[in-house]
Amino acid sequence: MSTPLVRHETLQGWGRTSPSESTVYEPDSEFQVPAILEAWESDGGAQRRGSIARGLGRSYGDAAQNAGGAVVSSAALSRILELDRAAATVRVEPGVSIEALLKFLVPRGFFPTVIPGTGIVSVGGGIGADIHGKFRHGSFCDFVDSATLVTPALGPMRISAETNADVFWATAGGMGLTGVVTEATLRLHRIATSQMRVDTTRCRDIDDCMTAMMDDSRGERYSVAWIDCLANGANLGRSILETAVHATVGDLPAERARDPLAYGAGLSVSAPPWMPNGLLNSWTVKAFNELWFRKSPKRPHRTTVSIPTFFHPLDMVKGWPSIYGRHGFVQYQFVVPYGHEHVVRIILERLSAAKCASFLAVLKRFETSNAGLLSFPMPGWTLALDVPAMHPGLNKILDAFDDLVLEADGRVYLAKDARVAPQRFAAMYPHLERWREVRARLDPNCALQSDLSRRLGL
Amino acid sequence: MRDALGDVQSVLVLGGRSEIALATVHLLAGQRLQRAVLAVRNPKAASEEADRIRAAGVSVDVVKFDAADTESHAAFVAAMFTDRDIDLVLVAFGIVGDQAQADHDAQHALEIVHTNFQGAVSVLIPIADAMSRQGHGTIAVLSSVAAVRPRRANFVYSSSKAGLDAFTNGLADMYAGTGVHVMAVRPGFVATRMTTGMKPAPFATTTDVVARAIVDGIRARSTVVYAPAILRFVMPALQIVPRFVWRKMRA
Ligand SMILES: Cc1cc2nc3c(=O)[nH]c(=O)nc-3n(C[C@H](O)[C@H](O)[C@H](O)COP(=O)(O)OP(=O)(O)OC[C@H]3O[C@@H](n4cnc5c(N)ncnc54)[C@H](O)[C@@H]3O)c2cc1C
Ligand SMILES: NC(=O)c1ccc[n+]([C@@H]2O[C@H](COP(=O)([O-])OP(=O)(O)OC[C@H]3O[C@@H](n4cnc5c(N)ncnc54)[C@H](OP(=O)(O)O)[C@@H]3O)[C@@H](O)[C@H]2O)c1
Repeated sequence: MSTPLVRHETLQGWGRTSPSESTVYEPDSEFQVPAILEAWESDGGAQRRGSIARGLGRSYGDAAQNAGGAVVSSAALSRILELDRAAATVRVEPGVSIEALLKFLVPRGFFPTVIPGTGIVSVGGGIGADIHGKFRHGSFCDFVDSATLVTPALGPMRISAETNADVFWATAGGMGLTGVVTEATLRLHRIATSQMRVDTTRCRDIDDCMTAMMDDSRGERYSVAWIDCLANGANLGRSILETAVHATVGDLPAERARDPLAYGAGLSVSAPPWMPNGLLNSWTVKAFNELWFRKSPKRPHRTTVSIPTFFHPLDMVKGWPSIYGRHGFVQYQFVVPYGHEHVVRIILERLSAAKCASFLAVLKRFETSNAGLLSFPMPGWTLALDVPAMHPGLNKILDAFDDLVLEADGRVYLAKDARVAPQRFAAMYPHLERWREVRARLDPNCALQSDLSRRLGL
Repeated sequence: MRDALGDVQSVLVLGGRSEIALATVHLLAGQRLQRAVLAVRNPKAASEEADRIRAAGVSVDVVKFDAADTESHAAFVAAMFTDRDIDLVLVAFGIVGDQAQADHDAQHALEIVHTNFQGAVSVLIPIADAMSRQGHGTIAVLSSVAAVRPRRANFVYSSSKAGLDAFTNGLADMYAGTGVHVMAVRPGFVATRMTTGMKPAPFATTTDVVARAIVDGIRARSTVVYAPAILRFVMPALQIVPRFVWRKMRA
């Protein structure tokens, strides 16, 4: 058996806030994984520091790095193995990106039911964080038919919600701490065209926006609102609501209807040149938000756009995190159940009062939750905000937000988190103890560790 | 683990009774700090300090450490890094000594240099190695503005701090771009046990101001921090004051 590539590397998350040193392995066969886990298995001492899987490093904090330990990268495990057209499933290796999957599936009339706000996310990362998207009737792992998980104690095992629900639902959203996924079969949605029919509406304020989002009369499948965080007073929560369905052939202009599933790669541009490194302050953010808001017409209107244009507008701006400068940024994303809309409003108000320059604020809603023991989604509202890490007193501001979220029985999202206090995290995830029990069976010696697991005492 | 906003969960203080260090530990205790290890010459003398930190909800260990006993350092560091991670090491020990005595007594001058400089070099090398193996962490070293422009009144102390400051900066360069962050802290005159009975220098400050500067520096991953912050501008100016003027200023 060949040995995987190894290198020493300083790794950090998308927010660029917490660099640490890891030994990175790039196995090109699932059979190489058990030996790596074994070599780094913790003996309780400081020398052996365990391993953690890493996909494309798009989690914002410290989930996919392991200071002083091993990181198992899925970069060389990125093949699409098999499409079953009759069953509408695809079997893939964990390093396959959503972008690559779309390129392969869309022309064949299939769509991965849940995709996040960027195409540069791996299937392994999708399972590890049980990611969600603009689809509100389930998250990524609801559409994972089965997977292969390499565990430290029990070796490689086939997992699915039917055969071993406990392991499956500890792995869904388990942040890589139950094992390394080396292969997965995803259930797909059938589509007739590669286009999205999008309705865009401007909303005056946050109440207007939430009311519009609750209105199901359009029968939309996907929805998202972009909030201008710097608008305050009566304009608080001024936003643009986008709802969409997959376009039918009838929705397309004649020249497109001839090849309705044609799928071109999206355009991509670099970070706007007028925004130098680190020059992010309330003025530039205000200008950006103003532009974004003005670009959408005043009256509700309907367009037909490509899948990346609707789902991944940010991917068109390469390297945008650099605008936050060398100190990086954190993304604060929480969910609160329906009935706690005021938490969203208060947090927007406080952020605006603190003159906290949030480049992006995205509001979505969920209809369901799943059995994932550490999964994030629950029926309710989820708001995601980017804030520069050097904002004065930020942790105290966010701790206060955590308390509001906690009071409403909500939670923060681990894939984005880089700073929640361990006690608050434990209070937010009521199934944490059950998750720990399953984990103890799969990995009694903590062969799987990450900076996140150390920070939160997982 | 240090979090994204620079809050640490564990700290090891070398010179664990230092008033500047204790002010820093108390500030960290109001954030995410869970565990503090106070390394002191005489563990019995540190029980009150330890209890005060415990009262803030932090678990505290007091261990024996003598900066001057360089032979013991390798084993000391190995013991500190065996079981759990250390997010922050605060190097706070130091003595000013008696300059009047050191003017003519080489033994006393060497004692100052040995503790402040050699003792620090001896313990910092294994600490940096251990942190590098751990893959992350911050080392904050108490230097002084005295390192920037030495004064007649305490030039042996100043020279020991100048050596320590240069060493710290080199260490910071060595680990730049890695998970290990090294920072030199240059306070001005701070009212503590160390300066009792001395005449406060201009821009004299308090332990709380230094603690705040240290905590902000950890967060920003600074290489050098001054306390109070204004000294960042004052010291370069003092550096270019002609020597004959300097001699009059500090007569
Ligand atoms: C611009 C942008 C937009 C985003 N939008 C959304 C969104 O709309 N919805 C959403 O939910 N998230 C969103 N995210 C977050 C992102 O989807 C998640 O963080 C996702 O987990 C990243 O996948 P990755 O491949 O980069 O994984 P990494 O960041 O490398 O890893 C994430 C976690 O998954 C684990 N993991 C990775 N591979 C494996 C494996 N093979 N086996 C087991 N565990 C594994 C890791 O250990 C880690 O805990 C967004 C991120 C960005 C940068
Ligand atoms: N105060 C200032 O104006 C000022 C200005 C610039 C820089 N600094 C530096 O800041 C640091 C902290 O000073 P501070 O003001 O907090 O003074 P402090 O309270 O006197 O602290 C100094 C500590 O160093 C300890 N120490 C001395 N020799 C030691 C040895 N051989 N081994 C172990 N510990 C030893 C002392 O321990 P004991 O308790 O056992 O005596 C004392 O607790 C020092 O490095 C100092 O040089 C101070």
